[in-house]
Amino acid sequence: MTVDDRFTADPGESGDEEPEGTRSEIITGPVSDWATDFSHLEPEWAADPYPIQEDLRQRCPIAHTGRFGGGWLPTRYEDVAAIAYDTDRFSSRQIIMGNFRAPRDIAPIGGSPPISSDPPFHQHARKLLLPAFTKTAVSRQEAATRSFCHSLIDAFEGQDVVDAAGDYAQHIPMRVIADMLGFPPQDGPQFREFVEDLLEGINLPPDERFTRVGRLFEYLLAQVNEHVERPREDLTSYLIDAEIFGRKLEGDQVTGVMALLLIAGIDTSWSAIGAALWHLARTPADRSRLAAEPGLLPTAVEEFLRAFAPVTMARLVKEDMNWRGADMKADDWILLSFPAANRDPAQFDRADEVVIDRAVNRHAAFGLGIHRCLGSHLARMELRVALEVWLERIGEFSLADPAAVTWSAGQIRGPRALPLRLS
Amino acid sequence: MKVHIDSERCQGHGRCYDLTPGLFADDEEGYGQVIGDGVVPPGQEGQARLAAANCPERAIELLEETGHDR
Repeated sequence: MTVDDRFTADPGESGDEEPEGTRSEIITGPVSDWATDFSHLEPEWAADPYPIQEDLRQRCPIAHTGRFGGGWLPTRYEDVAAIAYDTDRFSSRQIIMGNFRAPRDIAPIGGSPPISSDPPFHQHARKLLLPAFTKTAVSRQEAATRSFCHSLIDAFEGQDVVDAAGDYAQHIPMRVIADMLGFPPQDGPQFREFVEDLLEGINLPPDERFTRVGRLFEYLLAQVNEHVERPREDLTSYLIDAEIFGRKLEGDQVTGVMALLLIAGIDTSWSAIGAALWHLARTPADRSRLAAEPGLLPTAVEEFLRAFAPVTMARLVKEDMNWRGADMKADDWILLSFPAANRDPAQFDRADEVVIDRAVNRHAAFGLGIHRCLGSHLARMELRVALEVWLERIGEFSLADPAAVTWSAGQIRGPRALPLRLS
Repeated sequence: MKVHIDSERCQGHGRCYDLTPGLFADDEEGYGQVIGDGVVPPGQEGQARLAAANCPERAIELLEETGHDR
């Protein structure tokens, strides 16, 4: 049996350890004023954050909260862009805003490079992954993605109402990323739990949270060891052998990158596909136009990405400073809302409307600057193919019950229940 | 007209080579590259402007030829 010492630690042991870092008091419950007490985890935000953002943009425009140990929410495109570009003053050492802050010395690498990395390390970790995620590289997944989408729709046979989020959108990125990492395709449903634990379990008690995160790393370590024994042509084997500065990665860096690909690759595309279908289900004119003009789909995909950008990132303020009138303290969070930037009327005409033939669309759904979403080409392919197949196979469809649609809370927003009536 | 990509600003979003594959291509890391010398063939100026207008990083420069023909 082949063994790699980097991956032999008992994950149960390390999972029980209390990580170093700082904890803040968990504060939940209704928001008193969004300008001074915002929380992206409350149901009001999950249900419809856009009116809240629009109100803040007009009267604030950088909101504050005392929750999560203190944080800020810029709502203008200009401010979001400036922070994304300013890696000197805003760190990515943690990018999920919650009640725990990793110790400062975890920078510039962070727990899951390159998304958690700052310069100068960032570019080395990113360079490692870029070739696997170019448009050309991901186009190799397109045929399998398309036939998988068809198989999901085949399974709708005989049903009048389907859950487009749970029975369609969700499965597509799960299968694609499992294929790329070389994980068993039937493990998909397990990934869903991992994703929910990490992204939506923010306000769970710390012990519970660490136990859940431990489960993910236990799974990843098992997959890694399987690949150490039987290397193959996939991303997991690639990462096991990958080198930075002539040295292989540490064991926890390998699993950290894998966790990132799994987490970042699933919820995000699932949300984008679901939101686009939600829009089309309630906008018959757009649905029939796209069915009649499939050539317009890539343009419409950009507009769906702009209007329903699923991803919000976070940063940590490096040092006390006054930034554009906000009195920021070291280790304050910045909730970097690309969705809010994408709805800023100073940047986009008819910012609050979905204009499926919008020709000029300089949106920030995949972020701006050095952390541009590594998987953006994969996400675009998945979204385009998912919609193409759906529109080709399903004629008319509508919301079966608008009140039954639910949206995820937290930094990745998209429909989690989307019952559609097919006809 | 000529197109130029500021490689300091380009982050590999790929809007240019999505929209105007005749003028731009991706490199092995996904960053945008100008094909050939970047001279825009007559009639494709609109396409070049569209690519520039859609670059999220504003990394594409359009160099309009001014004055006399060469």
